[in-house]
Amino acid sequence: MSLVKVQGLTLGYGGKIVLRDVTLAIDSGEIVTIVGPNGSGKTSLLKAIIGALQPISGKMHYKPRLKLGYVPQKLHIGPTLPITVLGFMRLTDSVSKKECSAALDKAGVPDLLNRQMSQLSGGQFQRVLLARALIGDPELLLLDEATQGLDQSGSASFYRQIEEVRASTGCAVLMISHELHVVMSASDRVICVNGHICCEGSPSIVASAPEYKALFGSGTEGALALYRHEHNHQHDCLDPMHSPVSDNRSDS
Amino acid sequence: MLDDFMIRATLAGVGVALAAAPLGCFVVWRRMAYFGDATAHAAMLGVAIALALELSIFVGAMSIALLMAVTVSFLAGKNYAMDTLLGVLAHSALAFGLVAASFLTGMRIDLMAYLFGDLLAVSHSDLAVIWLGVLAVIVMTVWRWSPLLISTLNAELAYASGINPKREQLFLTVSLAITVAVAIKVVGILLIAALLIIPAAAARNLAWSPSSMALIAAVIGAFSASAGLGGAYLLDTPAGPSIVCVAALIFAVLITVKRPT
Repeated sequence: MSLVKVQGLTLGYGGKIVLRDVTLAIDSGEIVTIVGPNGSGKTSLLKAIIGALQPISGKMHYKPRLKLGYVPQKLHIGPTLPITVLGFMRLTDSVSKKECSAALDKAGVPDLLNRQMSQLSGGQFQRVLLARALIGDPELLLLDEATQGLDQSGSASFYRQIEEVRASTGCAVLMISHELHVVMSASDRVICVNGHICCEGSPSIVASAPEYKALFGSGTEGALALYRHEHNHQHDCLDPMHSPVSDNRSDS
Repeated sequence: MLDDFMIRATLAGVGVALAAAPLGCFVVWRRMAYFGDATAHAAMLGVAIALALELSIFVGAMSIALLMAVTVSFLAGKNYAMDTLLGVLAHSALAFGLVAASFLTGMRIDLMAYLFGDLLAVSHSDLAVIWLGVLAVIVMTVWRWSPLLISTLNAELAYASGINPKREQLFLTVSLAITVAVAIKVVGILLIAALLIIPAAAARNLAWSPSSMALIAAVIGAFSASAGLGGAYLLDTPAGPSIVCVAALIFAVLITVKRPT
């Protein structure tokens, strides 16, 4: 059975509708990515699923006692707030130090337990957020642009971590990203939204769909190829054909 | 024992410092320093209304402080930034309060007592009201500690954990209004924000966790209250400002301490 089922969902703020008539279901163990331009309603959709936004109309069904893990879009812990990684992970659930340690291992950042949150690098911080979401073995992991502020190789490795987590725990993943090329290779299914669901399907189907191309242009297909290329890179920077492309990428 | 005015004053000062410490930490973490200051200023209008209607000062100050806090939260983000709204509403309320107080010709009211506190005149009943408010605030902050912290970090993260950050914000607002009301007698309307912020800010350099910061702030606050009062007695200086001076000196010393990593 589906973990979450959304039927005819319409979302908005103060009378302004941002997302209309969305129907989708997330099954256990699948990685689903929502892509869409700014203001397309993708973050609102995720907010509705975690209960932070009341829908205007439509129905949401959750598997009974569904355990969610949520990785927020942006979280800033400034130096005014002293809190260790362990303290942060135990904030709302009473979990043992051992469980926190195990979650950090899964997220690929062991040995951070006693560090101050404000002293972590961007990549470490996102992985600690991931580790926190993994506590209690969630059946569904929700990620809202979880790699904002990370560079391209940082986010690629973050998404590889997500794939690893799914492989080891079997949890489903629903994520939002604007880094289409990086995310798409990790997804089983892609849903493209822009005020409504434009198209959905496997990454390759969506990437070649006319609705998708109309929104993002066909250039992203090139980026997808680029990512695959980077994924199994073999020092091909010696190849003169590739160097200008790599330069472009690091500039963007 | 409670018949000695110095003991009553110390108990009142220490009590308010204890309530203000954990609340002050949230004020610092959530960048609500100006919000706290504005809520306190608004209490002047509450004092004037209470005097005119012969109500309890505590009730008047708390009601207006609460009303101000809720109004600001409601209006913020519409057409004005939070700090602009606070500037408009808080200073207006203070001005209206001062003007309204001047109409109360029937009685001679000592404005200085409300603006800068009147700690040495704390009566038995004042002390009872202050400690009731203090206990309410301490119970509320301890009870809501983790939900408040997670809401402070990120609203969506709170929702995902089944916590409504708007409800938590309300707890904080009510606690702030109560603290403002009980602190008027101790440090006065103009210096309440100092009692919230300075001990928390001074505690930061010694703290390693959120709760340690609140506890250290409580110790600093309580010490400042006792030492400030003692100093005021010896040097014949105003009690409220003396307490804030001690806290400020502690802050100045602790700011040189290297943060634990």
